[in-house]
Amino acid sequence: MTATVEGSPPLRMTRARRNALLQSEPVQGFALISPTFLYALVLLVLPILVVIAHSFWTQHYLTIDRTFTLENYRVALTEPIYRDLLWRSLYISLTVSLFTVILAYPIAYFISFHGGRHKSLWLFLITIPFWTSYLLRVMSWKVILGYNGVLNSGLIGLGFIDEPSTALLYNSSAVIITLTHAWAAFAILPIFVSLEKVDRTLVEAATDLGDGPLRSFLRVTLPLSAPGVISAALIVMIPTVGDYVTPKLVGGKDGVMIANAIQAQFGKAANWPLGAALSVTTMLIVTLMAGATVLIIRALQRLAR
Amino acid sequence: MRARRLLSGGWLSVYAFLYIVFLYLPVIFLPIFSINTAPTPKFPLTGFTLQWYADLPHTPALLDAAWNSLKVGVCASVLATVLGILAARSITRYRYPGRRAINGLIMAPLVLPEVIVAISMLLVMLQLGLSLSLFTVVLGHVLICIPYSMTVLTSGFEGFDRSLEEASADLGESAFGTFRRVTLPMVAPAIISSLLVCFTISLDEFIIAFFLTGTEATLPIYIWGQLRFASKLPGVLALGTLLLVASFVLMTVAEVLRRRAARRTQNEGGLYA
Repeated sequence: MTATVEGSPPLRMTRARRNALLQSEPVQGFALISPTFLYALVLLVLPILVVIAHSFWTQHYLTIDRTFTLENYRVALTEPIYRDLLWRSLYISLTVSLFTVILAYPIAYFISFHGGRHKSLWLFLITIPFWTSYLLRVMSWKVILGYNGVLNSGLIGLGFIDEPSTALLYNSSAVIITLTHAWAAFAILPIFVSLEKVDRTLVEAATDLGDGPLRSFLRVTLPLSAPGVISAALIVMIPTVGDYVTPKLVGGKDGVMIANAIQAQFGKAANWPLGAALSVTTMLIVTLMAGATVLIIRALQRLAR
Repeated sequence: MRARRLLSGGWLSVYAFLYIVFLYLPVIFLPIFSINTAPTPKFPLTGFTLQWYADLPHTPALLDAAWNSLKVGVCASVLATVLGILAARSITRYRYPGRRAINGLIMAPLVLPEVIVAISMLLVMLQLGLSLSLFTVVLGHVLICIPYSMTVLTSGFEGFDRSLEEASADLGESAFGTFRRVTLPMVAPAIISSLLVCFTISLDEFIIAFFLTGTEATLPIYIWGQLRFASKLPGVLALGTLLLVASFVLMTVAEVLRRRAARRTQNEGGLYA
């Protein structure tokens, strides 16, 4: 790189070098990806930096005071309402990722080890509901769990209960059920991919050496598929912590999550810096939680061997 | 020996069947209640009607929203696919430092909470003095569509036999000519698949549109507004059913095309790898 920029070699030489440089792999590759890269920089990285900057500022009615302050973070971390919302969001996202991974693993295993020729058909069947509108899927759970909903009227019709139960909708369990359903497919794919990479001869070797099926599964297949379990857990945990639609539609008062509070700060409450601080705090804490999850799964993986 | 039976195909296929039921059941209630005469979705069903569907074309706000969704979907899918083609081509064809980091950044919207992506874009757009409109929605949708477009396209581009391109270049074709006459025909199914996937995502996307639109509603925003009124539910169910069918058809076509593209370049995986 420096050779073409520095010094003043004969002109012909420079041009030849420049042409060589322009035709070199790295430059061509980088030039090709730069529009997409710039798009992500301008519409993702820059915005996130702006949010971080706002989180250190203060809102004065319509103007923003740009003196550095940590006051927003103090509010975000110590005010009971935000602290509770943050804890609940973390609890819900952790529970949902645990459920989705546990429910998804046998399916991924089934498709990978017993899918035969129909592997891609199975995957297609499982991912199709995921491609339908997220809003509509949440709405259908509202229809199912509602006071006059499918489950209540069905249970009454079958004679199990006499009057509609109010326990089904508008609480954090409803949020957990809905999110577990909504993210199911997202957990299956990474686990499936890592199971596909498990060398089948290793499983055979374990069996030949006298391990029973359960033992060889626990000591060979499961530890080898840990990377898939990790990415499945993360791919569910991080987005669900900031879910807005589900708590709003099926969460009620007891199912409100941090995203609803963030939205309020950018909407009615009109306190952008506080909203920004809440967003940054959420992201930091979920990153820590994700890191801890990775470490725990890795430790379990070592233990299993 | 219980363990062997547990890990064998038998029990697992029962579980797989139940799991598919769990995945599909909630979604199936939308079409069921959209053809039920009763305005509230509960059992027992009262009777068959297509009234709720017949009412849809007589709702001007709905038609506006559908038109807006179509415009946003077409613009977002074309832009995201063009940016996706450049990036996927670069990632699969060239080796250079920082390649993985750049790829990671481009794929990041896939794993970030959508609300945070949406509010940070909102902040920047307001700071830049851009007034919120369907244009800002398109900008947001392109960002979240690119990762999906990349996934579909890399599976189409990967395993692509480079010697074909080299042969074309050796025979005197220019770089652009090679791309147009050799590369493009081979990856065309992947490109169409990417367009369909992105269009479906944009059509169904709610959060980004909710934050970044001004006064113009897309279909999911229209549905969101209608959800406040219990009496409007049957209409929403009918509209929702139509959207479900549209997504289903688009994604099936996209998957068939993606598989064809993957077969052409002899590569498995794609959306699922």
